[in-house]
Amino acid sequence: MENSVKIVTEKLNLYYGNFQALKEVNLEVCSGKVTALIGPSGCGKSTFLRSLNRLNDLIDSVRVEGEVRIDGENIYDKSCDVVRLRKKVGMVFQKANPFPKSIYENVAYGPRIHGVRDKKVLDRIVEKSLREAALWEEVKDNLSRSALRLSGGQQQRLCIARVLAVEPEVVLMDEPTSALDPIATQKIEDLIRALKQKFTIVIVTHNMQQAARVSDITAFFLNGEIVEVGNTGLLFTQPVDQRTEDYITGKFG
Amino acid sequence: MLKRKTYRKWNSRIAEAICTVFSFIAVLALVIIVYYVFQRGFQVISWSFFTSLPAPVGQTGGGIGNAIVGSLVMVSLGTLCSVPIGMAAAIYLYENPYSRLALVTRFANKVLTGIPTLIIGLYIYILIVLRIGSYSALAGSISLAVVMLPIITLSAEEMLRLVPESWRDASLALGATRRQTIMRVVLPASAGGLTVGVMLAVATAAGQTAPVLLTALSSRFWLASLGQPSASLPVLIYTYAVSPFTDWQNQAWGAALSLIIFIFILNISAQVFIALRQRR
Repeated sequence: MENSVKIVTEKLNLYYGNFQALKEVNLEVCSGKVTALIGPSGCGKSTFLRSLNRLNDLIDSVRVEGEVRIDGENIYDKSCDVVRLRKKVGMVFQKANPFPKSIYENVAYGPRIHGVRDKKVLDRIVEKSLREAALWEEVKDNLSRSALRLSGGQQQRLCIARVLAVEPEVVLMDEPTSALDPIATQKIEDLIRALKQKFTIVIVTHNMQQAARVSDITAFFLNGEIVEVGNTGLLFTQPVDQRTEDYITGKFG
Repeated sequence: MLKRKTYRKWNSRIAEAICTVFSFIAVLALVIIVYYVFQRGFQVISWSFFTSLPAPVGQTGGGIGNAIVGSLVMVSLGTLCSVPIGMAAAIYLYENPYSRLALVTRFANKVLTGIPTLIIGLYIYILIVLRIGSYSALAGSISLAVVMLPIITLSAEEMLRLVPESWRDASLALGATRRQTIMRVVLPASAGGLTVGVMLAVATAAGQTAPVLLTALSSRFWLASLGQPSASLPVLIYTYAVSPFTDWQNQAWGAALSLIIFIFILNISAQVFIALRQRR
């Protein structure tokens, strides 16, 4: 996959009622790369992530200004089909949230709502997605078991498989490992590195080591603004902005 | 230090004892009622008691078959009317919790649960019975539907709210519409709780006396059409209990026992249904 610009945000402002959560955010996300969003709690990085698949639409008081263009199309345009957008831009949440259904039904949920009925096609999608999420070997004999009986790390990988099943182009991850132990975290990180060949990944993380380990590009958010964006290696070793340096060296956080 | 520890220990024990005694009292009321009804009613009930018509006035014997049928028909019809409306209203409340219509609907339903069911019966009496000119099983069903509606609506909304927001988010983020999310994630996840709410409404409706008395009146014959007056268990219990005949009074106990058993079976089967669902 060539590294072309996949997502562009231009002067993105987002308000919760009177509170401005995002201020003039300009960011380019390249396909085939992992972009990490770091910053202290409440800095707007999760809000930013949720504005890329319009999940903020669910909150009544939210108002958005500016543009988010994915493949050149402004997703806040009136003509944008939200269902198609969310099929193209999948999301993995902070806390693993499998449905109270079987493992199979969890993965098949997305294809089903998008109209896949053929059992053989569904079987194929489920297996392919679980393989891509590095979960197949662990669950292949128990696909009818309740997803809620999997371990936390397995649940999160199942959620990733559920997203992959609708064949997205972008995968948004909102602190996907914050509730997991180091071993489960490592599995997810390996997975992220493997998935970036096929998908454009944007990951929000509290953990700076994680950003350094998995991402190619890092953006540092502070109080709703992007302070600095750059090559991950450079940003962590030679930050340009004093505030970035203070944050990554642990002076505040 | 030691003194404070013993104080705390005794404090805790006293509190525990008080709670135990009161929960025992709470159970005791139920046990006494059920025991008494069993004791008085058990000797009356038999297969023919459930299946035959009441004996002509002045004769002993006979059964409550027509009242059982009447209650079953009216409660079923009432459920059939109120469940779809109540569920649809609950889904609306769940999706638009703060809209003006939602606030009004919620308030109206809370008021409706507080209105004595006698008033509901009176209202249906004026609206339907007087207009048509006859008591009918249909009017009885409608009055029961009105009694059930707020119970179903309010409990269903509560149950939908218990479904974690994160499941809803996950579904929407996969590109599901709100309708798909409700039908395929939220409703299946809350099926158990929704069933409990409906059962509660059914049990309440099955025991209603005043609204049925004012709308379906009573009858000593089998129910032949919905346009006719109908017998029902609560009205029969009321009529027999206050009658001067010992035989009728005994039959009232038998009918009361039947009603309790009916509600009991309904509750147990709902619990089993939920348990079976959750095992999967």
